This record gives sequence, C-alpha cells and structure tokens, in this order.
Amino acid sequence: MTDTGQAVAAPAPKRSIIDTLELDVRLLGMLVAFAAIAIVFTIWTGGTFVSPRNVFNISVQAVPVAVMACGMVFVIVARHIDLSVGSMLAMCSAVMAMSQAYWLPSALGLEYGSPVILVVTILIGFAVGTGMGALTGWLVGYQTIPSFIVTLGGLFVWRNINWYTTNGQSVSLTDPNLLMFGGTEGVLGAPISMTLGALAAAAAVFALYSARKNKLSHGFVVKPAWAEGAMMGIVAGAILLFVTWLSRYPVPEAKLKRLFQARGEVMPEGYTAMHGLPISVIILIVVAVSMTLIARRSRFGRYIFATGGNPDAAELSGINTRALTVKIFALMGFLCALAGLIAQARLQSHGNDIGMLEELRVIAAAVIGGTALAGGVGTIYGAVLGALIMQSLQSGMAMVGVDTPFQNVVVGLVLVIAVWVDIIYRKRMGLAK
Amino acid sequence: MSNAGRTPLVEMRDISISFGGIKAVDHVSIDLYPGEVVGLLGHNGAGKSTLIKVLAGAYQADHGEVLINGEKAEIRNPRDARAYNIETIYQTLALADNLDAGANLFLGRELMSRGLVNDAKMEAETRKIMGRLNPNFRKFNVPVKALSGGQRQSVAIARAVYFNAKILIMDEPTAALGPHETQMVAELIQELKAQGLGIFLIEHDIHNVMKLCDRASVMKNGQLVGTVNVNEVTDDDILGMIILGKKPAHLAA
Ligand SMILES: Nc1ncnc2c1ncn2[C@@H]1O[C@H](COP(=O)(O)OP(=O)(O)OP(=O)(O)O)[C@@H](O)[C@H]1O
Ligand SMILES: [Mg+2]
Repeated sequence: MTDTGQAVAAPAPKRSIIDTLELDVRLLGMLVAFAAIAIVFTIWTGGTFVSPRNVFNISVQAVPVAVMACGMVFVIVARHIDLSVGSMLAMCSAVMAMSQAYWLPSALGLEYGSPVILVVTILIGFAVGTGMGALTGWLVGYQTIPSFIVTLGGLFVWRNINWYTTNGQSVSLTDPNLLMFGGTEGVLGAPISMTLGALAAAAAVFALYSARKNKLSHGFVVKPAWAEGAMMGIVAGAILLFVTWLSRYPVPEAKLKRLFQARGEVMPEGYTAMHGLPISVIILIVVAVSMTLIARRSRFGRYIFATGGNPDAAELSGINTRALTVKIFALMGFLCALAGLIAQARLQSHGNDIGMLEELRVIAAAVIGGTALAGGVGTIYGAVLGALIMQSLQSGMAMVGVDTPFQNVVVGLVLVIAVWVDIIYRKRMGLAK
Repeated sequence: MSNAGRTPLVEMRDISISFGGIKAVDHVSIDLYPGEVVGLLGHNGAGKSTLIKVLAGAYQADHGEVLINGEKAEIRNPRDARAYNIETIYQTLALADNLDAGANLFLGRELMSRGLVNDAKMEAETRKIMGRLNPNFRKFNVPVKALSGGQRQSVAIARAVYFNAKILIMDEPTAALGPHETQMVAELIQELKAQGLGIFLIEHDIHNVMKLCDRASVMKNGQLVGTVNVNEVTDDDILGMIILGKKPAHLAA
C-alpha cells in the first residue's frame, strides 16, 4: 500500500486540460455527441434544426421522458429496474383526466376549469403516482420479489386499469390552466425568461464558488483559479444562450390576436411577443436540480448509491434498505404523475396510449446518460442529456424525412453504441474509472 | 488479569444458529471483559464469523442470548448493535466500492451541515484518522474499488475505531496488510485495550494471538472447544485445540 501512496505524493505530473478542469470525461463525451448530432442536422436542414422554434419544440417534447429518467437513475443505481413507468404515467393521466373532467365537477359542484378542481386533481394525481410506486417498492423491498417481475406485471396491470378508468375513451382537456403545463400554451415570455436566466447563471457561478471555498476551508487542493473561472464562464454562458435562444421564438400573430380578443382588447399594430422559457422546461430544471442535490448532498441519495455499490455493506452500516427501496419507487411514481400531467397538457387530451413504450425511452435515456445497469453509478444530468439526445435525434430525422420505423432503428442503435463506446473507453483507461 | 467478580462487557450465552441443515454455531458461550482482547480461533468454516455476526446484528441467533454489561440486549439489526457502541470490522470489509473512503467511513452516520451531507468535513476527518492508521494513505477522492486490498482494510479499520466503540469486533483485520501496517494495527489494538475497550479478535496467525490476546476461545465445527488464558498455554497447546478439537491435558481438569 505504500507504493501507490508515494506515487501520488510525488511531484504532480503534467496534467492534461481535462484533468485540470476536473471535467467528467463521460459528460464531455455526451456533449460532443450531442453537438455532433446538432451540427449534422443543422447542415442537413439548412439551419432550421437549431432555429429557436425547433429548439423550443425539442425541449418541450423531451420533458416527460427526462423527468421520469431522473427517477429511473435512482432506481437503476439501487440495482433495480422499473418497466412500469409508461403505464404508471397513463394511469396517473387517466385519474387526473377523469377527476378534472367528470369526478370533481360533480363531486364539488364546480364548473370544469375552476382552479380548485385543477389543484385537487394534481394532488390526487401525485398521490396516485406515489402510491403506485410505493406499492411496487413494498413488493420489491419487503416481499423480495425481483423488481423486473413486479414492474413487468405493473406494466400490464396499470396500462389496463387505465383503460377501465376511462372506459377506453379519450378525454379531451381544454382548461387553459392545465394547458400551461404543456409547453407552447404556458411560456414566460422574453423579459421574465431572461431575468430567470440571469439569476440561474448567477446561482450556478455562486454554487461553484462556494463549493471551492468549502474545499479551501478544509485545506484541500482545488483547481487553478483560471480553470474555475473558465468553468463558471462556460456554465453561465450555456444558460444564457439557452434562454436567449428561446426568447427569440415569436408567438404567431394569429395567436396573439386571439389572446387579446379573449381579454376583450384589440392588439396594437406591430405588437410582438416571444415564447421564452416554457413552464414545463422549468419544471424539468427544478426536478433535475433537486434530484442532483438529493443524489449528492442528502442522506437518502448517499444511501441509494451505497446500496447500489454493495447492498450488504449498506445493510451492515445500519441502512434500512427495505424502506429505502419503497422510497425510491415512490419517488419514481411521483415523477410519473408529474410527467403524466405535463404529457396530457401538451397533448391537450388523455388517450389510452399515452406514455406507451415510454418505459423503454426512459431506461434508454438513463443508460445513454451513463447509468450502469449493474448499479451504483449514474448521474441526473446524464439522464436529462440522454433524453435530449434521443429527442434531438428523432426530431432531426423527422425533419429530414426519415420515416418513423427507421427513426426507431437509429434510436435503438444509438443506445447500444453509447454503452459499447463507454465499455471500450473504460477498458482503455483501466477499469478504475 | 483476573476477571473474578467483574461484570463482563459482553456475554454470549448458549448461542446457536443454523443455515438450512448446517449448524454453523452450536450452543457456544463466550464472554469479554473491558480492557481485554479475546482471540477467536478455529479452522475455516468453524463458525467464528457467524458467531460474531450475531453480536454485530447481522444475524439473528436461533437460540441463546446476548448480555451487555450484565443486561440482556436485544440486537435485531446492525443499527441496534451500533447503539450499544459495538463496532465491527467484517471479514468481507463491507465497503461500498463505488464510494470514496470518507463516504464509507461515515456511511449511515454522515456528518451534516444545514441538512446536507458535508463531504469536505468528512474527508477532513477521514484524513485525520487515516493519518494515525496508515500515514501513506492518499487516495481520499477515488472510489474504494480503486484501492489495494490493504488500503481497503485500513478504511474498514478506520470506520470501526472512529466512533468511540466500547466493544470492537475484528474479523481477520490484518489479513491483507503488509508487515508495517500489521504492526500499526497491533499497536492500535494495544492502545484501544488500554483505553478500556473490549475486543474480539478473529485471527489465524497464532503468533499474533499469543502477542495480542489475553484469552483465546477455540471453535471447531460450530462448537466451542474451550477458552484458555493465553499466558497459561503454549502456541502448541492452542494449535492442538484448533486441530484436534480438545483442550490440552494439563488444562482439561
Ligand atoms: N449465509 C450463509 N448461508 C449458508 N451457510 C453459511 C452462511 N454463512 C456461513 N455459512 C456456513 O456456516 C459455517 C461457518 O461459517 P463462518 O463464516 O462462520 O466460518 P469462519 O469460522 O468464519 O471461517 P473462516 O476462517 O474461513 O472465515 C460454514 O460451514 C459456512 O459454510
Ligand atoms: Mg470468517
């Protein structure tokens, strides 16, 4: 044991730029892949691919899968799997659709579209999702049925209880307050978006700065100040670029006119407004940031990773791994409900096939994002990026006229290749990473 | 040292536990006094690890009882054991390979600040304790799967001694250590003993047993062969107990 210790203590060898910036190589790889996809489709479509409108659409479409992928990271890190997320999404969506359109209006004697109904509906939806997840977690954690089996069963069960809940009918949803969660119908406009973007950039810079200060206060080595500055610059720049871009997507004139009419006003000549940040994307960002915080800085997150790394060690360290399993799946269920809300708002209806096959996209997003099926390893930002990469691919292919079956072929190949490249990379670098 | 009249720190009475048909531990009673090191010896598969896992809360005995300071103790899980200030170095080390040394050391007992896990503080504490145990240890920021066997063992030892244990269980703590590190652990054991801890030490090296232990309990095929005061026997006597499963003639009375 002395030899390795000495080697590290020896004068530091010349460090590469990647080491100096302490960049996660895996993240870098994904960003490069993402950039490559964007560049290829931008050239192919003559620029339309990166137009504010398309960036907006890709972001909005990726939200439900990305939200669920955040939860799937925890599930997979803890050495489980959840094949039922698409069906849980459908089940939550069905309950929420029926609650707001039929059950609550008659139970509370209120009109469809009343804010009270929407609030109660959302609470019911969240409770149902969390409950379904907790039930899965109980079967897995306390009854020790493999999660693959429980959730494969759940996939069939929830999908079809969903059918009975709505009697197989689609439910059309028109409440403008609900549609706010869907994307295009719920945007913040340019001024608010830019302000939020500036605040977020400042918060990110501050977070990096305080992490550095904390390390310094314990006398640890930190990266050089210029490298830290560059990191802050890149992060803040990316945030600002994203909000600026979305703030350049104009709301169509006809729609603006309608909005003014609805308020009983006449639109002034030459009036324009921009979309800016959609509320659904903000929800995704809040979910991703909270989940990252949970993963890295909370006991719950620490225990999830410990359990994934070595379940026996976690148990012997006094962690209640059974209760932990229930919590992990309950959180997954909650996120399915949230994704269901966003999905039905975007589609402006609940249909039987909502969320169909979504479980596979969610798992693919997590895995493309670097979550190891063996457990113990995974990041939230990776999963979100994985969802974005898949959505960009599909959107790009659709734009250049690739037909749907072939789109799915490509997505499938990308999944396998992403994991393959990762394995080759790890072998080259020595397993330790 | 005379234990007459003192209350044992730990008494395991008539413990039995079986896996399927195999009686891994068969009506074994051992005890431990404060400031004492009791060696637990026996061939591979004798039941040593299984016996101490009952004390550590990892297993539930099928039969028998555990007394701590003379009072019956209910140890249903590792959390209960920790509440009795029992710390364990497992033979398998019980480390989460994907976490770094600090996260493993504080696993289940994280240092928090404002409701969040304080990794920097934990790393600083880990550096302090490792400085005493294994001053050459430098790999604080990598997952423990990137450590050598001995380095991993150092982390497991650090975890057991950091939290002011009163009862320490060490299951082959030096199996992967080099001579210098083994010497440091030997010194640590003597220091902890002087502080009044009781230590169960599972150890195959008879030389270490003679040097470190006050008493030795020998097991064979799940049963207790006997317990002897180390200063009243020779290493050949103990080897005889391990191999033949009988107490030496001059002590048998
Ligand atoms: N979880 C288990 N399931 C089934 N059998 C077990 C289990 N743990 C231990 N055993 C059996 O119990 C017996 C005692 O095992 P134990 O690990 O206590 O031996 P030991 O004395 O610690 O041996 P060693 O010196 O090799 O560590 C062995 O026959 C072993 O096969
Ligand atoms: Mg053993």
